[in-house]
Amino acid sequence: MAGPASTLLAAGAPPRTAAHRATQDPAWLRWALIGTAIVFLGFFLFLPLVAVFAEGLAHGLRTYLASFREPDALAAIRLTLLTAGIAVPANLVFGVAAAWCITKFPFRGKSLLITLIDLPFAVSPVISGLIYVLVFGARGWFGSWFLDHNIAIIFAVPGIVLATIFVTFPFIARELIPLMQAQGSDEEMTAVTLGAGGWQIFWRVTLPNIKWGLLYGVILCNARAMGEFGAVSVVSGHIRGETNTMPLHVEILYNEYNFAAAFAVASLLALLALVTLALKTFVEWRSQQLGRT
Amino acid sequence: MAASRQRFVLPGFGISLGFTLAYLGIIVLIPLAAAFLKASGMGWPAFARAAFSPRVLAAYRLSFFCSLAAAAVNAVFGLIVAWVLVRYPFPGRRLVDALVDLPFALPTAVAGIALTALYAPTGWLGHWLEPLGIHVAFTRLGVFVALTFIGLPFVVRTVQPVLQELEPELEEASATLGANRWQTIRRVLLPEILPPLLTGFALAFARALGEYGSVVFISGNMPMKTEIVPLLIITKLEQYDYAGATAIAVVMLVASFLLLLLLNLLQKRTHRFYRA
Repeated sequence: MAGPASTLLAAGAPPRTAAHRATQDPAWLRWALIGTAIVFLGFFLFLPLVAVFAEGLAHGLRTYLASFREPDALAAIRLTLLTAGIAVPANLVFGVAAAWCITKFPFRGKSLLITLIDLPFAVSPVISGLIYVLVFGARGWFGSWFLDHNIAIIFAVPGIVLATIFVTFPFIARELIPLMQAQGSDEEMTAVTLGAGGWQIFWRVTLPNIKWGLLYGVILCNARAMGEFGAVSVVSGHIRGETNTMPLHVEILYNEYNFAAAFAVASLLALLALVTLALKTFVEWRSQQLGRT
Repeated sequence: MAASRQRFVLPGFGISLGFTLAYLGIIVLIPLAAAFLKASGMGWPAFARAAFSPRVLAAYRLSFFCSLAAAAVNAVFGLIVAWVLVRYPFPGRRLVDALVDLPFALPTAVAGIALTALYAPTGWLGHWLEPLGIHVAFTRLGVFVALTFIGLPFVVRTVQPVLQELEPELEEASATLGANRWQTIRRVLLPEILPPLLTGFALAFARALGEYGSVVFISGNMPMKTEIVPLLIITKLEQYDYAGATAIAVVMLVASFLLLLLLNLLQKRTHRFYRA
């Protein structure tokens, strides 16, 4: 890499080629490593991705499109959108509140709080579902109370939403905390001295500063919320047309050997993943540009 | 002094901390506590019967060793990928860089059926491998392949920023002092790369231990052979054996929390290392 250092050297005493020979690898090694990386990623990333679309389209475009007109598929898409539509805003509000108190105020036990926020990442998705069954299931802690009041949580939509909130819990908070820590609170302090109120400070000063980080967190949180499988699978009860999200619908179709339809719905989720990656790359590029100016 | 003034000046401390703690308690802490309380109510003999039966022990072994192997493979290839992405410009580099995060973005069930389709005896890769006697789908090798897929981004994304920050002056100075390339790599680069490499390895390992969606399709789920721990929990739940499922879950939770603790220590060491 021709960094600033090698340009400096070129202007100075030692000849440029010598500096390069010392820190640059021979061409054969370079290409061998690039080749190894490409082959590895090709087998483990590229092929699975291509396989989803190829299998989905294997029986022609007509069968592919027909898979989306199924009422059960439409219900699954609706439920997935609904779940993400509740889980992402809930974790967004939490993420902002958590980042605000952690980065703007000194208090004891802060590092413990940060560790606890990260905790759901360390928990297996299946266990994330299980703990809600233990609390809200028919034989769980609050199960009988909810049963008496005719409110279904487990094997119903609220359970799916809760499990999804759990697995996507840290995404936005952990994106905002380091960002707001790095930015400090000088600008907010200035706003206070100028007589701004709490919400005014947040909307006019803090939010414009953190909007790209916030968007980044929302994108990742949404991808996981829409694609979660293990946790949702435990609490859903797999009632077709009612408690099946898109990933669960894929599983059912696949287990019924309806591969074309399974891969068609899966390709929609793969498309979502690609859009997520594109948006994420754009946000990274954008915040890099802003950081430079 | 400055600290207490700051607490006073900006508004919203009480409400934001209160909301954070309440939300954390309701969503994370109370449900997790339920698992531990349920398990502690079982009594030790029943707990041990449920959590350490031969079938469960076989599942622990499978999950542990497959996760370890997958994390190790990811450490080696992840390091190569990170190195190539930082050091060598080549056509399509940005695309490859963006694609590395695919396992984070792709729903695990989709990854699972895609890998199964590829490695099944009739699949694109399977029909080349089967004649060679290599069976991937519905064997332990399949579990390993799926876990490698989902752990892939961790090592790349922990090593890459460190490599990017590394100043070329370091290597140039080492070369000026008479070190050959190999000595520079071993004495100058490796000490810098090792902490993030270990962190990435541990993250990939932790993720693989709990993984469910990408594995269940390709593993075949044969008891004692290709049954991973999370699947066993689901099986117990489907038999309404809630206590049995919880016992296994508690063993896994303790393992993950210990791993999390280890990771925190590792990261603290890394930071101290950089400050020194």
